[in-house]
Amino acid sequence: MDSFFAEPAWIALRLSLKVALWATLIDLVLGMALGYLLARKRFPGRELLDALLTLPMVMPPTVLGYYLLVVIGREGVLGSWLQQTFGVNLIFTWQAAVIAAAVVAFPLVLKGARAAFEAVDGQLEQAAQVLGIPPFGVFLRVTLPLAWRGVLGGTLLAFARSMGEFGATLMVAGSIPGKTQTLSIAVYEAVQAGQDDSANLLVIITSVVCVSVLIAANKLTPNRNPQG
Amino acid sequence: MQIDVDIVKTLRSGARTFELNARFASASQRVVIYGPSGAGKSQLLKALAGLMTPDRGHIALVGRRLFDSGAGIDLAPQRRQVAYLFQDYALFPHLNVRQNIGFGLQRGWRNPLSRVDGETIRHWLQAFELDHVAHQFPHELSGGQRQRVALARALAPQPTALLLDEPFAALDPALRARMRAELDALQRKLAIPMILITHDPEDASAFGDHLLRMEQGRIVNAEEQPR
Repeated sequence: MDSFFAEPAWIALRLSLKVALWATLIDLVLGMALGYLLARKRFPGRELLDALLTLPMVMPPTVLGYYLLVVIGREGVLGSWLQQTFGVNLIFTWQAAVIAAAVVAFPLVLKGARAAFEAVDGQLEQAAQVLGIPPFGVFLRVTLPLAWRGVLGGTLLAFARSMGEFGATLMVAGSIPGKTQTLSIAVYEAVQAGQDDSANLLVIITSVVCVSVLIAANKLTPNRNPQG
Repeated sequence: MQIDVDIVKTLRSGARTFELNARFASASQRVVIYGPSGAGKSQLLKALAGLMTPDRGHIALVGRRLFDSGAGIDLAPQRRQVAYLFQDYALFPHLNVRQNIGFGLQRGWRNPLSRVDGETIRHWLQAFELDHVAHQFPHELSGGQRQRVALARALAPQPTALLLDEPFAALDPALRARMRAELDALQRKLAIPMILITHDPEDASAFGDHLLRMEQGRIVNAEEQPR
C-alpha cells in the first residue's frame, strides 16, 4: 500500500490538493472582503475595480503567468524586494503555484460573494445596527448567515478551478516532480513522454475530484432552501 | 422637550434631486408625521435612528443630542438607544421568534441560541401571547404575530424612544384596527415617547396627540390636539 501511494500520480494529487486548498483559502478571505465592499459600499471606480478583479477569468493563463513573473519574478517589482529583504525567492516553488492558482480562481469567489451579499436585504442589517450590534457583529450574525450558500458555491468552483490550473502555474512554478508538478502538469508531461498508463490514472483522478466538487457546488446553489 | 429636529439633506437619485428640510419640535409623548408617500417621511425617521446622515442641522431626542453638525456630533445607530419598527418588520429570517426577540440583548459577535431564554424574553413572549410560536421562524407567522415579534425585538433592549414606519400598512384592514388598539395600550403602559410616520389618516387620528403634516420634504403645519 505504501509503495502504491508513493506513485508519482498520488504525489502529484497531494501537491494539487495542497496548492488548491491554500489558493482557495486566500481567495475566500480576499473574495469575501472585496465582494462585501463591492456589494455594500458606494465609491468612485467601483465597477472598474470589479472589472479589473474579474480580468483573470477572461485573460489567457499564459498572459497572467507573464504578469506574475513581472511582479514576483527575480527581477520583478515584488520579487526583487522579497529577495533583498528576506532572501526569499518564490519562482519555481509550490508557493508560486498557490499564487498562480489564487489569481486565476479569484473571480469565481468574488462574483459569488458579491451576488450573495447583494441579495441580503440591507434593511435587516440596519435593524441589527439599531439594536446595538457593532458592524462586524452585524456581518457575522446577519449578513454571513444569509449569504453563506452563495459564498460557498463560488468557493467550491474556485477550488475546482485551482485544481485544474495549468498555464500560469507552469510559467511561475515550473514542473519539478514532487515539488511543483501538480496533477494537470503531470498529465501533460506523461502524455508528452508517451506514458499512457500514467496519464490514464492521472486523468481519472482529476476527473473524479472535479466532478465531486461540482456536485457539492450544485447542492449549495443559493435559495434552494431560503431558511438555511 | 421630547424631540427637537432641524435637518437638511439633499438626496440624489440619477438626475433627480430631492431636498429634505424638516424642522419641528414637540413636547408630546405621541408625535405623528402624516403625509403622502414620497414626502420624505421615511428619510426623516431614518435620520432620527442614525441610518441616514443629514447634510447639516441637529436632532435631539428625549434630552439627548443625537446629531449636531455644528458641534460635530453624530451618534452611531448602535448608540442612539431607539427602537425602530420597519414597515415590513425586517425580522431575521434565519432566526426563530426567541432569537429575534433576544437579538439586541446579546451584543457580541454571536447570535442567541435557538433555545435562548431569560426574564426579558419570557416577559415579551407572554405579553404578546407568542409562547406557542416561540420556536417558529418569521415566515411561519401571521401578519399580526410578525408585528408583535418586531415590537418585542425593538423594545427588549429598553430603548428611550419608539420610531414606527407605517406600522399597519402591511396588515389587512380587520387586523389593522386591532393592532392599533394594541399599540395604543402598549404605549400608554410603557409611557415611551413615540414617533410614528404614516399616510393613513386613521393612524393620524388614533395616535396624533401632536400631528405634523409633511409635504415635499418639509413639515408644513403642526397642530397639537388636546387629549
